[in-house]
Amino acid sequence: MECRLPFSLVVFCLVILSSTVRSELVISSVEKFVDLHSHIVRVVSFLKVENQGPYDVSEFVLAFPDAQAKNLATMLVIYLEEGKIIYSEFPTSSTKPKSKQSNMTFYPVTLPKKLEKGKTAGLDVYVVLTNLLKPLPKEITQAESQLLVYTDNIYYTSPYHIRNQSIVFRLPGRIESYSEYSEMRLVESELRYGPFEEQPPFSYSPVVVHFENNNSFAVASNFVQEIEISHWGNVQVTEQYTIIHGGAHLKNGFSRIDYQANPSMSGASSFRTLVARLPPMSHSVYYRDEIGNISTSHLRGDSQGTQLEMELRFPMFGGWKISFSIGYSLPLHDFLFESDAGNNVLNITFGSSIEEIVVENQIVRVVLPQGSKDISVKSRFPTKKSQELKYSHLDIVGRPVVVLEKDNVVPEHKRYFQVYIYYKFNNIFLLGKAMMLILGIFLLFLMCILYMHADLALSKTSSWEEETEGRK
Amino acid sequence: MGATSVASPAPLNSAPSSFPSLKALKFTTKQQELLIRVSALALIYVLAFVVRLFSVLRYESMIHEFDPYFNYRTTLFLTKNGFSEFWNWFDSESWYPLGRIIGGTLYPGLMVTAALIHRILHFFSFAVHIREVCVLTAPFFASNTTLVAYFFGKEIWDSGAGLVAAALIAICPGYISRSVAGSYDNEGVAIFALLLTFYLFVKAVNTGSLAWSLASAFGYFYMVSAWGGYVFIINLVPLYVLVLLVTGRYSMRLYVAYNCMYVVGMLLAMQIRFVGFQHVQSGEHMAAMGVFFLLQVFYFLDWVKYILNDIKLFHSFLRITLTCAITVGVLALSIGTASGYISPWTGRFYSLLDPTYAKDHIPIIASVSEHQPTAWSSFMFDFHILLFLFPAGLYFCFKRLSDATIFVVMYGLTSMYFAGVMVRLILVAAPAMCLVSSIAVSATVKNLSSLVRAKSKSPQGSGKPLSGSKAAAKASADQSLPFQKNGAIALLLGALYLLCRYAIHCTWVTSEAYSSPSIVLAARGHGGGRVIFDDYREAYYWLRQNTPPDAKVMSWWDYGYQITAMGNRTVIVDNNTWNNTHIATVGRAMSSYEHEAYEIMLSLDVNYVLVVFGGVTGYSSDDINKFLWMVRIGGGVFPVIKEPDYLVNGEFRVDKGAAPKMLNCLMYKLCYYRFGEMTTEYGKPPGYDRVRGVEIGNKDIKLEYLEEAFTTSNWIVRIYKVKPPKNRW
Repeated sequence: MECRLPFSLVVFCLVILSSTVRSELVISSVEKFVDLHSHIVRVVSFLKVENQGPYDVSEFVLAFPDAQAKNLATMLVIYLEEGKIIYSEFPTSSTKPKSKQSNMTFYPVTLPKKLEKGKTAGLDVYVVLTNLLKPLPKEITQAESQLLVYTDNIYYTSPYHIRNQSIVFRLPGRIESYSEYSEMRLVESELRYGPFEEQPPFSYSPVVVHFENNNSFAVASNFVQEIEISHWGNVQVTEQYTIIHGGAHLKNGFSRIDYQANPSMSGASSFRTLVARLPPMSHSVYYRDEIGNISTSHLRGDSQGTQLEMELRFPMFGGWKISFSIGYSLPLHDFLFESDAGNNVLNITFGSSIEEIVVENQIVRVVLPQGSKDISVKSRFPTKKSQELKYSHLDIVGRPVVVLEKDNVVPEHKRYFQVYIYYKFNNIFLLGKAMMLILGIFLLFLMCILYMHADLALSKTSSWEEETEGRK
Repeated sequence: MGATSVASPAPLNSAPSSFPSLKALKFTTKQQELLIRVSALALIYVLAFVVRLFSVLRYESMIHEFDPYFNYRTTLFLTKNGFSEFWNWFDSESWYPLGRIIGGTLYPGLMVTAALIHRILHFFSFAVHIREVCVLTAPFFASNTTLVAYFFGKEIWDSGAGLVAAALIAICPGYISRSVAGSYDNEGVAIFALLLTFYLFVKAVNTGSLAWSLASAFGYFYMVSAWGGYVFIINLVPLYVLVLLVTGRYSMRLYVAYNCMYVVGMLLAMQIRFVGFQHVQSGEHMAAMGVFFLLQVFYFLDWVKYILNDIKLFHSFLRITLTCAITVGVLALSIGTASGYISPWTGRFYSLLDPTYAKDHIPIIASVSEHQPTAWSSFMFDFHILLFLFPAGLYFCFKRLSDATIFVVMYGLTSMYFAGVMVRLILVAAPAMCLVSSIAVSATVKNLSSLVRAKSKSPQGSGKPLSGSKAAAKASADQSLPFQKNGAIALLLGALYLLCRYAIHCTWVTSEAYSSPSIVLAARGHGGGRVIFDDYREAYYWLRQNTPPDAKVMSWWDYGYQITAMGNRTVIVDNNTWNNTHIATVGRAMSSYEHEAYEIMLSLDVNYVLVVFGGVTGYSSDDINKFLWMVRIGGGVFPVIKEPDYLVNGEFRVDKGAAPKMLNCLMYKLCYYRFGEMTTEYGKPPGYDRVRGVEIGNKDIKLEYLEEAFTTSNWIVRIYKVKPPKNRW
């Protein structure tokens, strides 16, 4: 369909690339699973790679069409040898092929040890993609279900020759239509194409799946997380969300009576609640927005974590927007450690606490205590980093704030990525504010005493004397 | 004091002279009294603040009602953009397409105060949000009012009365009703300013000091900047001066106090743009000016009398001068009025003097619930025992008449009258009631307790020569009245009981009646649990998030401030009812047929229409119940709308027997659109309106020019989208 046009380019690439050294490798089998249950597309491919060339190979190249590479949130590559995981990696650096017309992006993966000639290794590639499901039709009424279109290459996109491959789409429900191929099978909600044998590199043939998906299409266009560290033993986390329903837009208005009378049929693609999983030991949870507290929410806690079930102010239909913020406190000792060099190490997870949400732009602001020095940040993925100052209660020099910014964040980031912030802090600063308060109150009393004495000493007809005279 | 004697009894006994420091620690009676007084005042100060926090604890820190949302929005603007921007702010988000010059049409006192507190807190590096400041401004000023009440009470009677006055006003429901946390309205600071001005003026009259008088002028300036109720001051003070003149209590002190206060106060008041030159141009302020000139004439005559030393000559001179002065005054007034230089009294002022005036002439004033005449029950509700104590206090005042007590009597009587005319003016009467009542309580308790104490002392104190004679004298008096002591104790207990009842009543009223934000509605569920209806915010937030930023929303004017503050959208009319025609246009649209209303809405660029409907939940202050006012106000300007068209035999109905025009007007259609399909109560037919208690008359409502855009979960707010005009070709 849409991808037909670049097909000629793919062939062009193929000609160029097939002559490179990479052709020494051959993929003996690929099984690709595409999970389309939510609005985040998760693709798992199980590859068996064989080295047929004369030399040992230390690099393997993953290829993605640009349309996917642009929306690639994260990728995990697991290297297996004889069925055992020996290495896993999150490739982040990409290269473009030399020819300018190419619409491919390459992710070179360095193998942990060289693949000797004639040997076979297993590679599991786990890819998370966003923004690839397009609603069709683009506008639906409240009574209709949401239909999505997913387009992909039926063959595994790779610069290597592939001997045997198949692709499986896992769907949440009814299928409206799909591309017809001779080797295909539809079992319940699983659509399987293949096996296809002996395909040259960069084989391409589009496959389109049009299916029903009413899962909540929550996209946070903006997410600001502020983590405020207090060395008195508390971490205060504030999360501000602007959430958009990214699915098919609602047309003809919203009718409450239909929504109330038949909740299952009406507004199937809308969502009313969002669930946030907060870390264990969270307390003092709040949930509010610009105009006040939102009273409809439930909080359940156990040892695994705290679950905050937020009912939004209004049900979210396609194209609607809502913004709100949640906040909670955590005990500090779960997050702060001391390194050998006397540094404080703060260990934070990246990503939203709301389940199954795509964050288009996330900003994390870590507010360190006043007087922190030698701040450095270590993270396993590229982020924009900057520093600023924040003034809060009784601050004089301001608190240093580490700002991290990242686009296209998915729940996997929370699962696999930690950010470490190193800084030095002298605990003597803890007493500063207490001393300031004590001094302030002391000054107040001192002024009162001085005032009382000055009043008695200076004026002849002070109010006090008048009064006492009046009483006599 | 007790602590020192217990801790070291031995050294005190053995060698008292060698421990002067310990002796110094022991308080004298004076100091004890001061300590008790100060700590009582401090407790009252805290109490006044704390008792107003019910709504924060029960709901959240939020702004209540309607007008406070405007004040909050302007304060937010002020803190963000600074004072000069605020002063020159032209608000295009309200009164579309006219707009409103905010800086010139509001009393900035409240916003400036809150912004100032906010800035001071930030200066001391307390990073408080401006909303919290706004929410707590009213309780803070209520606390300050108790201090002023104490000093005022002390000025007019004694410090005991002052303490009682402070305690009474701290929890007086009439005052609490407008000063709970979250009720961020002008009245919150204005009552403080009002009482402060009065206190400083009385102090100035008592002392004849320029400084106090100047201070009262500044108090007056603050009052003018805060609330339109300053007109009360500028009329009461001259009236008071006049009364003093008539009763022969004219003095140099009065002359200094009034002249300084009036002249400086007037000049300062002119700095407020909304007030401008009204002090010299408006009929409501002429009394003050008249009294000002009268005082000059009086002083002049006094001087002439002193110079002349001849009674006969002076009398003839008096006659001539008085005739001249009165002629000039009347002439100036009539010329000013005739030429339009002096504006006549406004409708609001008229309606105060004649309670029936608004009902006949200005429906928009009469339509506001807080402008209704006060019912007896609400006097009882808001004043409780003060109602009985007030006359007693008046008795004591008359018994010990002075310039100060005359003032408080006049303040009490006039404000009581105004409180009777308008419900909201109970607020102005509350401080006066508390002051006068405090005199009653203080004087009674003082008399009684001196009786009780004198008797109890007599057997013990016989050894002391000084008090012995007194006690003996008292004892002899007591013998003639054998039950006096018991009677006094009983009366004291009675007074105590009354005051306790007052405290209980006040707390109960505050927690039950005056602490609900009215934005969030709470009801008791079936299981006894609290059910919260947060529909208003649901709708406003939907508007804020899911309509184009330049969308214009039409609703009845009650919701204008809230839509602009919480929904952040442009409204056609709002609670600042400055343009009657514009409101009438909206009223006309609401009471016309859909196609007629569509024309009006197109001409006003309306994109959304918002109505409030309580038929599902039984929320009675909805738009259908307000509908007759829309018809009346609309009909007042556009005679096409006639009230009888919507009534059947003078009765307002929405069921099958309703007037045909009623059943098909825009408001009816918007409120009841698809309501006929809904079952609201078990055992009742679908489309049963729980507020009116009837089944609606028109269940088959089709909308041609509008479509439902959003309805809140309990149907309280319904929003409709105006369809774009159809293509004519």
